Amino acid sequence: MSHKFFLEVSELGKDFAPVAFGRGPVVRAVQNVSFNIRRGEVVGLVGESGSGKTTIGRMVAQLIEPTSGSIRFDGVETTSLTRRELRRMHARVQYIFQDPFASLSPRMTIGEILVEGLDIQRIGSKSERVAKAAQALASVDLPPDAISRYPHEFSGGQRQRIGIARALTLAPELIVADEPVSALDVSIQAQIVNLLRDLQMRLGLTMLFIAHDLAVVEYVADTVIVLYLGRIMEMAPSRELYASPQHPYTRALLSAVPSPDPSRHTARQILKGDIPSPANPPSGCVFRTRCPVAIEACAGAVPALREGAKGHFKACIRDDLD
Amino acid sequence: MSAEPILDISGLTTVFRIGDREIAAVRDLSLSVATGETVALVGESGSGKSVTSLSIMGLLPRGIGRIAAGTLRLRRKSGETVELQNIGGEALRRVRGNDIGMVFQEPLTSLNPVYTIGEQIAEPIRIHLGKSHREALSDAIERLEDVGIPDPSRRAGQYPHELSGGMRQRATIAMALACNPTLLIADEPTTALDVTIQAQILDLLGRLQKERGMGMLFVTHNLGVVAEIADRVVVMYAGSVVEIGSVARVFSRPRHPYTQGLMRSVPRLGTATLLKEAGTPLPTIAGSVPSLMNLPQGCPFAPRCPHRLEACEQAYPPLADAGEDQFSRCIRWQEI
Repeated sequence: MSHKFFLEVSELGKDFAPVAFGRGPVVRAVQNVSFNIRRGEVVGLVGESGSGKTTIGRMVAQLIEPTSGSIRFDGVETTSLTRRELRRMHARVQYIFQDPFASLSPRMTIGEILVEGLDIQRIGSKSERVAKAAQALASVDLPPDAISRYPHEFSGGQRQRIGIARALTLAPELIVADEPVSALDVSIQAQIVNLLRDLQMRLGLTMLFIAHDLAVVEYVADTVIVLYLGRIMEMAPSRELYASPQHPYTRALLSAVPSPDPSRHTARQILKGDIPSPANPPSGCVFRTRCPVAIEACAGAVPALREGAKGHFKACIRDDLD
Repeated sequence: MSAEPILDISGLTTVFRIGDREIAAVRDLSLSVATGETVALVGESGSGKSVTSLSIMGLLPRGIGRIAAGTLRLRRKSGETVELQNIGGEALRRVRGNDIGMVFQEPLTSLNPVYTIGEQIAEPIRIHLGKSHREALSDAIERLEDVGIPDPSRRAGQYPHELSGGMRQRATIAMALACNPTLLIADEPTTALDVTIQAQILDLLGRLQKERGMGMLFVTHNLGVVAEIADRVVVMYAGSVVEIGSVARVFSRPRHPYTQGLMRSVPRLGTATLLKEAGTPLPTIAGSVPSLMNLPQGCPFAPRCPHRLEACEQAYPPLADAGEDQFSRCIRWQEI
């Protein structure tokens, strides 16, 4: 039987043990998260600190192991792979990191950085590896002579291009991009977003795009998932989510983004209070402590993620809102 | 420009020593902040916005950075005017934290981990206003209440690590306001915060500024934040002011190609879907910010500018008066 989805994440959970010598509460970073990605689709994971977006990305890329649940990649369950199978899997899933200053070794030339993955995977001969590196460099619009230079010789935007080129050398099928533009200046951000979108379409990449910035995700993602304290609040096709957000948290999040258009200044909805600690999340709906429309029943049970309009899911019991 | 300014900077040039060269991180900057006015200083990395705020506060790294030219006049609470570039040591310490309040990006590094929140807010009150320990502490609790911290007397007894990021930033604002300064300098105060917390802090700063009629100099890279909080905006690029004017005018009708490019490249909610569906790339500014070590002759933005002329590469353009208190450092401001 053929599988419909390229990546199937179901009931995924991740707990982190307490830091201080086993004392203190367990941090529930991700709880009961399920979503699917089709081949060639871009899914945006959006949330604030403590939402679990990076933890999910790392589990999908098999950099850390889930506590519970399953991740099926191209029909194969990945949570029970042997080391060898895992290494092979790493060639198919690549990760782009947020900080282009911390994610490139200062002692390696760009060429060495780009062929490292190919060396580990033992793909091709030495000259073939170098050719692949040069090709990856060209695809991110960097000059060929970059190959013999070191990371410190490049600006933030150029380094992020190198990080993208590194992910591309292995011809991966899935890319997890974790806040790939948040460390960059505004004028550079748009360049990198365009590059990622362009590569994704040209190479038919499947992508999990993680960001805290809703506006950046909008351009890249086909589907957007909004997370809060380790749980999915809302999930919808990008167009739907931005045009008619259903969950009170998504609405508040969209309303909180400051707009540079002085004409577009409507009264903003400001959420009260802080994001609770994932070590001690509220009972029932995790958002209820800050929710402007919470009712008593919200504390009772964790709301299920239900489908309203086609493909538009929300985890909120209030259906009586406009 | 309204009334008599609290802060009046004229011709500020700040240089940094790198090897045996001196590099201008800020070049011939003039700006003023009036009572009750919020001025935003906006720019990308290396634009000189933070160096400008450090120059005002006298916090340039000693032996490396120095004010090479210009005057920075501050009207003190007493009405007396001081020239900040001329004073140092004890005289500067009497101004800083007293007449000028400061809020920085990272609340964890601006708070001392081994003192309680209350003690840290009380310290400037004791030093500058000469109050007793007990009086200062009760003032500190009042300040915590002003910045919207619930249960302020309990919070005053806690240490920074016991507070969340948003609460810590509120505490540093309480500390900055401890002595009722006439000028508040806020350097990227919401950059490290989540967007829903940022909205709270912007709301708080706006309210406090109005209530107290302070002048505020707000340093940020975020144009959305500028539109939210500021009356006037100063746009910086590679150490130079490229455009200055009221937020309403500069944002609706930018007169400098860099401001125009910046405004276009900000991702806007709702419009990205349209672009994506039309298959259009997001607008960008080509190239990258030049190194201050290696600035082009003439206009610093010329290498990236779509409207560049030969003349742009020859001479550093003056700040041209575009009317209605809007100024642009572009020789083609009338055509673009």
